[in-house]
This record gives sequence, C-alpha cells and structure tokens, in this order.
Amino acid sequence: MNVIGAIIAKRVGLGLFTLFVISLLVFFAIQLLPGDPASAILGQGATPEALASFRHELGLDQTPLIRYLAWASGLLHGDPGHSLANGRLVADLIGERLGNTVYLAAVSTAIAMPIGVALGVMATLMRGRVWDSITSTLSLVTISFPEFFIAYILVAVFSVSLGWLPAVAFAEAGQTGWQRFANVALPAITLSLTVIAYVMRMTRAALMNVMAAPYIEMAQLKGTRPFAIVVRHALPNALAPIINVVLLNLAYLIVGVVVVEVVFVYPGLGQLLVDSVSKRDLPVVQACCMIFAAVYVLLNLTADILAILSNPRLRRPRRTAA
Amino acid sequence: MAADPHGARRKGELLLDVQGLKIEGRTGGQWQPIVRGVDLTLQRGEVLGLIGESGAGKSTVGLAAMGYVRAGCRFTGGSVMFNGQDLLRLDRPAQSTLRGARIAYVAQSAAAAFNPAHRLMPQVIEARLRDKRGERAEAEADARRLFGKLQLPDPDRIGLRYPHEVSGGQLQRAMTAMAMACRPDLIIFDEPTTALDVTTQVEVLAAIRAIVEEFHTAALYITHDLAVVAQLAHRILVLRHGQAVEEAPTRTMLAAPREDYTRSLWAVRNLHKPQRASGEVVLAMTGIHAGYGAAKVLDDVSITVGRGCTVAVVGESGSGKSTLARVATGLLPPRQGEIRFCGEPLSPSLKGRTPDQLRRIQMIYQSPDAALNPRHTVRDVIARPLTLFRGLSGPARESRIIELLDMVQLGPHFLDRLPGALSGGQKQRLCMARALAAEPDIVICDEVTSALDQIVQEEILKLLLRLQDELGVSYLFITHDLATVRAIADTIVVMHRGRVVQQGPRDAVLSPPYPAYTELLLSSVPAMDPDWLTNLLAARSDARSVSV
Amino acid sequence: MTVGRVLRQAPLTAKIGLILIALNLVAVVFAPWIAPYGETQVVGDQWLPGFWDHASMPDGIYALLGTDQLGRDIFSRLVYGARNSILIALGTTALSFTVGVTTGMVAATARGVVDQIMSRIVDILMGFPTLIFALLLLAVLGSSIPVLIGVIALLDATRVFRLSRALGMDLEAQDYVELARLRGERIGWIVLHEILPNATGPLAAEFGLRFCFVFLFIATLSFLGLGIQPPMADWGSMVRENASAISFGILTPLFPAAAIAILTVAVNLVVDWFIRFTGDAHHGR
Repeated sequence: MNVIGAIIAKRVGLGLFTLFVISLLVFFAIQLLPGDPASAILGQGATPEALASFRHELGLDQTPLIRYLAWASGLLHGDPGHSLANGRLVADLIGERLGNTVYLAAVSTAIAMPIGVALGVMATLMRGRVWDSITSTLSLVTISFPEFFIAYILVAVFSVSLGWLPAVAFAEAGQTGWQRFANVALPAITLSLTVIAYVMRMTRAALMNVMAAPYIEMAQLKGTRPFAIVVRHALPNALAPIINVVLLNLAYLIVGVVVVEVVFVYPGLGQLLVDSVSKRDLPVVQACCMIFAAVYVLLNLTADILAILSNPRLRRPRRTAA
Repeated sequence: MAADPHGARRKGELLLDVQGLKIEGRTGGQWQPIVRGVDLTLQRGEVLGLIGESGAGKSTVGLAAMGYVRAGCRFTGGSVMFNGQDLLRLDRPAQSTLRGARIAYVAQSAAAAFNPAHRLMPQVIEARLRDKRGERAEAEADARRLFGKLQLPDPDRIGLRYPHEVSGGQLQRAMTAMAMACRPDLIIFDEPTTALDVTTQVEVLAAIRAIVEEFHTAALYITHDLAVVAQLAHRILVLRHGQAVEEAPTRTMLAAPREDYTRSLWAVRNLHKPQRASGEVVLAMTGIHAGYGAAKVLDDVSITVGRGCTVAVVGESGSGKSTLARVATGLLPPRQGEIRFCGEPLSPSLKGRTPDQLRRIQMIYQSPDAALNPRHTVRDVIARPLTLFRGLSGPARESRIIELLDMVQLGPHFLDRLPGALSGGQKQRLCMARALAAEPDIVICDEVTSALDQIVQEEILKLLLRLQDELGVSYLFITHDLATVRAIADTIVVMHRGRVVQQGPRDAVLSPPYPAYTELLLSSVPAMDPDWLTNLLAARSDARSVSV
Repeated sequence: MTVGRVLRQAPLTAKIGLILIALNLVAVVFAPWIAPYGETQVVGDQWLPGFWDHASMPDGIYALLGTDQLGRDIFSRLVYGARNSILIALGTTALSFTVGVTTGMVAATARGVVDQIMSRIVDILMGFPTLIFALLLLAVLGSSIPVLIGVIALLDATRVFRLSRALGMDLEAQDYVELARLRGERIGWIVLHEILPNATGPLAAEFGLRFCFVFLFIATLSFLGLGIQPPMADWGSMVRENASAISFGILTPLFPAAAIAILTVAVNLVVDWFIRFTGDAHHGR
C-alpha cells in the first residue's frame, strides 16, 4: 500500500484544482466591471463602431464559457491575446520581461536563502544571548520596513552619495554577465534584506519549537554536545518547517519584485503588471496574474510535498492492525 | 534466577552524595523554591526509590543528580558529588562527558523522548559511539544483546524501526537499553512505567529490575507509586514539598512507616461501602456498536445502571471504556444498539434529547483543568446550569450556589475565584458541584480521580459516596484503577478491546474463578509487598510451563 | 498585576514602540491643530530644504521638513497623512477581523461540510498572492477608498479566518466546551462565553500583526499609484510623488517612507512583547 503516493497525488490534484479556480477568478473578474465592460474601458466618448469592434476584440459577443475556453487554451499554448493599450501580442510583452524578473528573483534567492537559514541556526545556538536579541530585533525592524524605504535608503547611500551602483536598473541586450549583475545589485539587495530577515526569524522559530521537545532534553541528558543537538536532533525535525519557510519566502519574492521593479524602473513582469493595471489593460493583467499565481501555487505545492517526504511517520506509516 | 533485590545492602563505595540541594523555579516572574534542602546518598549498585506526589520535586531532584536543571529553574545551594566530583561545579563539557556515559536517564514518556526523525539504533548507541570511541558494529551488536536481555521482540531488527513503529512498553525498554549502552554507574529512572497500562507495566518493571541487577548498576527510581518502587528499591526516600519526609530500607518502611504522611501514601482506599443492588434501572444500553471513522471501538456492549448504584467500567487504554461514556452522553451516536433512560428510549444523538434529559445525565471529566473555563469564576460555573435547567436567578440562585459549594465542602469565599486559583482537588469538587446543580439522575465519571494525588483521590471518592447516599444519584464510573473500583463499585464491568469480558456484582467479579483477562488484569496490579513481582513472575512462569 | 506595573516592567523596545504609537495617535486626532499649513496648501517652491538648511528658506515660511514636488509643506502633509493612512488601515483591519473571526468561529463550531467548504474557499484565496489578487481587482474595479478597504479586508480576512478557526477548533476540543454542548447550549452562546474569552490574547496579537500588514499593503499600493489617490495626503503616495527627487540627492521621499517604517516597527515591537508577556503569563499561571 503506497500511502505516501496517494497523499502526494491528492496534493497535486488540489494544486491543479486551485490553479483552475484561480483561472476562473482571473477570467471572470472582468465581469465585475460595472455596466458594459467595453464602454467602461473606452469611456463615454467612444463611437458605436469602436465599441462594437472592441466588444468583438474582448469576445463579448460570445458566451462566457466559450470565451473562457478560448482564453484558457490560448494561455496553455502561450498565446494570451493582444494588449488593449498598444495592440501588441501579450506573449511578446511578457516574453521580454519574464527573463528579467526570473534573473532578479534568482539572484536574490541565491543571496538570501543560505544567509537566512544560517543566521536562523546561529540564533538558535546562541539563544538567550546578546547576539540572539540583537539579530531578533534587527530582523523585526527589517520586516517592518516597506521595501521602497529600504530601496531608497540604499539608493541614497550607494548611488547618490557613493556613486557605486546605478539607481536605475536597466536591462539591455549585450550586457556582460558582470554588468547585468551589477545592474540588479541594488534591487537584489533590497529584496534579500527582507527575505533574510523573514527566513532567519522563521528558521529560528521552527528550530526553537523543536528544541522544546522532550527528545532534545533526552539528548542533553545523553551528553550530546550543543552543536550536535541542533544539527543532528533538532534540524531533521525542523526540516519540514524550514523547507516551508524557504519556499514561502520564494513565493513572497514574487510579490516583492513588483515593488522593487517599480522603484528601480527595472523592466520586469512586475512593472508590466503595475503599468497595465493603471492602464486597465486587462489581457496583460490577466496573463501576468496567471503567471504569478502559477509560480505561487507551484512553490506551495513543492513545499507541501517535501514536508510530506521528510516525515518518517508518513514515509513509513505504522501498520494499524496491531 | 534473580537474586533477592532486598538482600543486605552492599557495603560498596559511595557513588552519589547529594547534600543540602536547593533548587528554585520561576513562576509568574518570581523565583519559588522547588527543592528545599534535600540530602541523599547512593552506594554503587544500590537502588534508591524516590517517592512523592506531584509537586514534591522528585523529578527535579532526579535531574539534579545529573547536574541538570530544566529551563526556568536554577540551583541555589548544595552539592551533588558523583564519584567525588561536584557536578554542580563542573563546566559544561565535563558534565556532557559524564552524562550518557557514567550517568544515564530514562524518561517517563519514551514516545516523546525518542527523536521521531531517527531510527532506534543510532539513538541507542549515540552516547557510546561518542565516548568510547568504539566501533559502530561492536556498539550495535552490544545494543542487540541488550534488546534481547530486555525481552524486546525481534532484538536483531527492532533497532531499524522508527519510534512511531514501536509500542510504548517496547520503547520504554529500548530507552533502558539506551541508558545501559555505556554501562553507566548510575541510571535515573523518572516514572518509567507511569504512562503504561498495568499489564505492560509488569513486563517493563521485570525487565528493568533484571538488567539493573545483572550489571550491578546503581539506580534512582522516581515514582508516585509505592507498590511499584517496592519491587525494585533497596531503600526508599519520601519527598514532600521539596523536602525529605522519611527515609528507610524498603522492608522497614513498608512494615513500619514512621511519619503520618508516609502512612497516608499507602492507606489505599480505606473506604469500603456495602454492595448495593437496585430494582429500578436508570440507564440501560443494549447491544451497542460504536466507533470513529473506520475504527470499531465498541463491539456489542450492554450495560445497565440501577438507581442509586455505581457501575464501574474498568479496562486498559484502548478498551473502549471512555467511548462507552461518550455514547451514553450522546456525543457519539452508536452505529447500532439501543439506549433507554428511566424506561424511555433515549435519542442516540445529543440533538434528539430533550433539555430535561440533558439535565438528568451529567458528566465529570478526568482533568478538572480542561473541564473548567479558565475565564469563568466559581460562581459563573455553577450559576449557568442553575439558570439553564432550573430557571433560577438573583438571590435564589446565589443561595443555591452557596448550598452546592457547601455540599462539596467549598466555602462561599471561593465564589469569585477563577479556576487558576484553586488546587486540583478543589477544582474537581467544583466540577462535582456543577454536575449536581442540574440535579441529575446519573453522573458519568470519566477517570475523575486519575489526575489527582493519592490523598486527594481519597477525599474525592469519599465525597462521591456521601453524595450518593444523600441524593440517591447513580454513577457510571469509568476507570483503569482497580483499587478505586474495589472501593466504590456496586457492579463491575470489565472491558477489553471493545468488548465486555465480565460483568456482575462487585464481590462476584472480584472473587475467583476469574476469566483469563480479568485474572491478568487483577494480578498485574502491584501489591504493597516487596516480593509481589518476584512471586508473580514465578507464578506466571510456572503456569506457562504447566500449560506447555 | 496593574496595567501601570506591567508597562513599567516592559522592555525598552516595547516602551519605545508604545511612545511612537501614542505620538502617531496624537497626530491622527489633532492633525488640524498640529499641522502648521493645510493638507493641500502650496507654501513655496518645490523641494525646498527644511530645518537643516534654514537659511535658504524664503522669508515668512517655515517648512520643518521642507516642501514637496508641488511646494506643499511636507511636515503638514505627514500629519494629515497619518490621519488618512492610519484610519483607513484601522478600518480595513477592523472589517477584516469582523469577517475573519465570525467565519472562522462558524467553521470551527459547525465543522463538517460547512467547515470543508469555507476552508477550501480560503485555501484557494490564499493560494494566490495577495498583492497580485488586489492588483487584479483594482484593475477591474478601479481604485477608490471603499474598493480599497473592501478588497484588502476580504483578502486579509482569509488569514484571520485561518487563525480563528484554529483557535476555535483548539478551544472547542476542551472539555468545558463539550460540557456546554452536553448542557444543550446554543452555538452562539458557546462561542461568546466559552471560546472567545480564551482567544482574546492571540487575537489581540494578531490584530496588531494584521494592522501592520494592511498598513504596509495600502502604503505599497499607494506607492504603486493604485491606492489612495492625490491630492489626499497619504504616506505611500507621498513617497511616490517625490520619488524622482532621490536621484538629485534630495531626501524628501525618505520622510514619508520613514514614517511608515516607524509606525510598523513600533506596532511590531509592542506585539512582540505582548506575545512574550502573555506566553510567560500562561506558563507561570
């Protein structure tokens, strides 16, 4: 009997279902527009012909179900339609920027996750000492800061005062690897600081939770050294929550990039989304939302599956007939 | 054949010498003494029983013997000399070197004390690999031998299992193997059998006693159960409120305790009531089948409770006795079977019962802490059923509350207290007053004394009996404790794995001949006799050889 | 313990937090009396320096923290901004709590199908990043204060739902709640008298955390130009309006950004202490 397989299959199914419901929400949100969506978007002064062609463009002359199916299949084939603002293919608009966003998120992850987890383990080893209270207060302060505050402080210091790094992160073709990295340095540091603070706090909390367990006291009474207690006895049991922390923070990065891209005028998906929201360019908004949502769902799914796999109780369920 | 554990004390060298030990604990921002100057000594190979009720400080003393205090506690005085070294003055690395190697610890809950992420074997040999720099293969082979000595099933492979794959009694023995891995001079046993059922307790006790004797290991055996400690200890030290009350060799203490407090510890169930029978049936449950989800817990159970009588349902954990209580209250509708209350059919589920039926069946729980809302005062607790069931309010209600408090021997000065300001026994009496406020025909008592100390248990049982005499209320009494059953039951129902094994008037059930399970259950309850375990094991092995 | 003694024993960080929160509340209540200039009053040229370069200030005006991109007094706008930003965030949090606690308690006590349906809906809503969802809804509905409050309260209520459901389930399993059901008490009575009084500590802490989240969230949306709209003074929008100054070495946008940061730090410090304090109190009994 493969219990764990069944649990994972169920979880994957739930993830796919969530994605499906989200796609429904994203698509039919447009129905929330008061009155006729076409005239609401084009405004009072639109000519009847313009309205009619726009309605056709939106597919409003067809039933919602057909429109949804057309949109969803377009999405799956990488063609979510045309932008309302400039008529370009949404796929082209996104394609240019998706890579930039992924690059920024990857650099931030590479900086933040190892440092965050390491600081969390360190804080647990030093629990109750000055180092612990300093890092805990500092991280609390950091997560309380809005990203744009951190970003502008960094800009004020590193680009305006010191002139080391650019305040605006252009991404151009033909940049060398190093140039590209220097370009995203400030946005990546901004994102990393917040993520480090979160990961550190959550890692510490997960470990401290485990450290209160009786088997930790037992290990102490067996004479196990403090470092071995944290690494050998606490860490394996805190693995699931820590994996969860890391992946949740990756998911958080998705949201963080939106703000940071706007601050640094970085041509990524987040900035495209914000621009499109203010222009109410719905096809682009919908496509961006689906990408962000899919990544988010995928990360949550991965976190859950890894948590299931790291639990010996689930890996080796006890035979109930005892 | 094991040697007599109560034989002459070996005139060995002094192993452990605790003098003037003082420990404080932090509660609500203030340091309060937990241990107030305890002295104890232990020779090599000697077993000292440390006995006391909850809050006596016995676990704290046990841990202090390893130079360890829990978070939120601190040493404030005294010395713990182990092999001539003061553990309280050693630095941490030196303490760690001794722990596991020279002094080992066996905790109450083995299920919690084993790390769920690792298999048993690496945990059992962890200390040995660290300190003896021995070969892993050699350590594992030795652990397998220990598993065998401790009567664990499949000793060669049990080490490959994860803790959740092994039963509680087996884990407790595996933890003893873990403590023994380095052949320490001293093992601290901290209530190792308290969480186990009586029948399992016998096996674990026997295994611990045999291995401690074989390796001539000194032990500090901590428990609240005098009968248990009498089976292993050479000497017994009684603790109360963090102070030593009395210390004597086991046989001396059992035969002639000096202090009143010590006597009270085994003045077990001095109460005895005449066995009653009643023609009028209050509650009748017939052919009950019940369970949770796919699990079947009750299998064709039938019981009747007569007016003014006590029916005691006794069994080990998993026997279904608490589920029976839930079915009676309507919390768990049975899948099959009929419940009749005072002659009328009673709806299987709570929703179908009338307010009057709800009033007439009341419940008292095991843990008064969980049964009392911490935000409700004593007055609130009793007032609610009076308002709801009797429609009382104002001065009439107030005077009834005081009357009820008086019935359970609590004064009116308790009215505005919150449960947090009451002792365990007071809380349980408050729960009784709440149940009686409804003026019920039957009160279901689910292990109402098991969370309480011996002396308090006795008070509560006396009170229950007195109230039964005065009010003619019936009790359905769920318990695992046979001593309690003896003291208060009119009718006994013995349950095992969801079935009724035996049922009848108290005196009939408690006299031979017994069905096999009742026999096992009755014989497994430790008696206040240092030779009880030895005799029992001998009797059982005789019985086995006869049957073979 | 009296409130005074508890406060006196509080750690320094919590005291600082409490003082900062009090100052912000003073600004909220007495904004018109504190602010030297009007919310939208133009007092001079754009980006005039403040107290640090008083000499270059034109005669007759005194802008403590300088002026903004339209020549309005930054300090006055910060004071009015406190009122707008904090009150909107408080209202949103209150709404989110009302919805979240009510639905959470219903799910915890009703259990079964009702709980299943509610929990699945919340799972799905939470399976979607909050900011992205908010952007989608704002794109469709347009940004106005009622829409902002409604959308954010709805999204935030999912978190409150999760917590109150868990608390409710936990407390519902207590014997005293079971006993209340055995007495035949109504669900409403049980929630009100048996469950909620024991959940006030964690819920109060959560209120602080949710306020921080909502407050930062609205500030972020305003910063993105999708939240509170000009000319209303609001800290997030003020950062956005003055953002371009930073590249000229003018620190004006840092003032409103710092105001946001200070308030959230203050609330977080107090909540942190509160959680530890109530945690200790529970253990100590």
